[in-house]
Amino acid sequence: MNTIDQIFVVTKQGILRIAGLFLPEWLVAVKSALISIVAIIAFAVVTMMYLTWLERKAIARMQNRIGPNRVGKWGLLQPVADAIKMLTKEDIVPHRADRVVHALAPVLMMIPALVLFSVIPFGRGMTAVDLNIGVIFFIAVSSVSTLPIFMASWSSRNKYSLLGGMRTAAQMISYEVPMVLSAVPALLAAGTLSTHGIVEAQGGWGGTGWYVWTPWGLAGFVIFFLCAVAECNRSPFDLPEAESEIIAGFHTEYSGMKFALFYMAEFMNAFTLSALAATLFLGGWQGPLLPSWLWFLIKVYGLLLIMFWFRGTLPRIRVDQMMSFAWKLLLPLTLVNIFVAGLWFLTGPVVRIVSSVAILASAVFVFTRLNRKYLPEKRTYRFGD
Amino acid sequence: MIIPLEHLLVFGAFLFAAGIYGALTRRNILGILLSIELILNAVNVNLVAFSRSTSLSPETGQIFALFVMALAAAAAVVGLAIVLALFRIRKTVWTDEINLLKW
Amino acid sequence: METLAFLFQWGLYALLAVTAVAAVGVVTLANIFHAALCLVAVLIGVAAVYAALSAGFLAAVQILIYVGAIMTLVIFAIMLTERIATPASGTANRLVFPAALGSLVLFIVLSRLIFSTAWPLRPGGNAPLTAEDLGRALMGPYALPFEVISVVLVAALVGALVIARKDRP
Repeated sequence: MNTIDQIFVVTKQGILRIAGLFLPEWLVAVKSALISIVAIIAFAVVTMMYLTWLERKAIARMQNRIGPNRVGKWGLLQPVADAIKMLTKEDIVPHRADRVVHALAPVLMMIPALVLFSVIPFGRGMTAVDLNIGVIFFIAVSSVSTLPIFMASWSSRNKYSLLGGMRTAAQMISYEVPMVLSAVPALLAAGTLSTHGIVEAQGGWGGTGWYVWTPWGLAGFVIFFLCAVAECNRSPFDLPEAESEIIAGFHTEYSGMKFALFYMAEFMNAFTLSALAATLFLGGWQGPLLPSWLWFLIKVYGLLLIMFWFRGTLPRIRVDQMMSFAWKLLLPLTLVNIFVAGLWFLTGPVVRIVSSVAILASAVFVFTRLNRKYLPEKRTYRFGD
Repeated sequence: MIIPLEHLLVFGAFLFAAGIYGALTRRNILGILLSIELILNAVNVNLVAFSRSTSLSPETGQIFALFVMALAAAAAVVGLAIVLALFRIRKTVWTDEINLLKW
Repeated sequence: METLAFLFQWGLYALLAVTAVAAVGVVTLANIFHAALCLVAVLIGVAAVYAALSAGFLAAVQILIYVGAIMTLVIFAIMLTERIATPASGTANRLVFPAALGSLVLFIVLSRLIFSTAWPLRPGGNAPLTAEDLGRALMGPYALPFEVISVVLVAALVGALVIARKDRP
């Protein structure tokens, strides 16, 4: 049991011990980092490849189709075929484009997407870099990914690209605020910003310590997850790349491998944001019986499947709906949620459940009421009909 | 301390001087805004360097750096609101074309 | 471990140099979008300097506030005004020479002052601060300035809304 749980950690230590026999001390430290980096990059790329496959399969099933099934058993080699197709495609750059920025954008898009993997706690003792400001680091780095999108949209010299970039700006800024604030209750409860520490704080028998089982945890989780969906531009918040309105948004003018890099970064962001949601509210790798890393992957893939489910079922929302959803509903709710979390830690066991459920329910009721569009009553024409 | 305090302060002074140059020479109002952000960053570098290596209270430097960031955000928001208003009313971003006190 | 410290030190100097070059780019590039991208490079470089000075929390906040929020807004404004900002008569005004001279003199004077001042150094430097220390200080001795900052932010928010709103009364 324990060996399966720690299999990756033990493997890494074994490699380092062998290296320590004939390498100087400082090189071993470098190599320790290098092993983590290589493992993360390999994992990220493979995850991304098979996420595309999983998404196509899942959506196909929802739409009563079969999905990719030609290349390999159940289409399992489809991602490889896609990669080869992308690599052999012609690289087109628009004539008036700003060439340097145009070429730089997809590369820069990958960097934050990969760096984010470093603070994800994949299992017990499997955080690549256990920063004591892990969550803030994560949010900071993920906010950088707006800039490559701007670079892509500006340098393409295409009005649809520019529109996509503007929409991205509005969406990213709007949803970042409730996302950060919805994570606050979990940080309050854990008393630490380290991702590892937050998971440790959610221990307890059989997964009962997960924050999602508390009222503020559930509300925070739902808000965080919705904001995460918006942050990685997935349906129903895929306005920056709404193909029926602005072609493909910021990556309209990209082809071949550059386009593939954007695509990869998007899937990696979806993965890392789901991983952070699982870490903050679903107890990360905590869980009964199964090894820790398996629990973690189950939770993350569950959240990803919910994202695919959203895409399969929900229509795209309008720009004004997107803005008012963030500022008029999610933001006040997160503030109420922080208050509720504070109350939870100050009051007794029965009072806190009743009071927090009551406050959250009434807040949801009031805010949805206030947000209801004013519709004039149906006019009756005395002489018209 | 990995490098001497003075080197960091010189770096801060360089950023500050560059920011001053930009704020004085840019015609584009957004360029002036960028230069001001540069100046504020120069100040922050100094504050953090002091907080790390001098015998003063270590919190003070970092907290003042945080305050400077908050003020930079406020300045950017108001500045961009002015840019938007100018764009809407005068259709210009060049500071030497904004020479009327009232229109 | 000495080799690592050595690499770290020279890495930091290289970082300072690159950041300084990017800072020159911010104030001299004719294309304002490129200047903004250079400023992003400067901001990330400064954040890395904070991290090297073991102010990790400040580095993350720098990236979050400056790169994530302020620069996003600035680039938004640049993209909005790009159509009317094509430089017809140059992007710099006629102050270029005096301003360059002035900033150079300022830099030299500041550097001389920096090297001639006896700084109250603590040997070995202060212990690194955690986010927790900063939080305690903000809620303790700095509670009043903290509240004043929030008032300033609210005032800026309201002011920006009043200036930028569409329908004038």
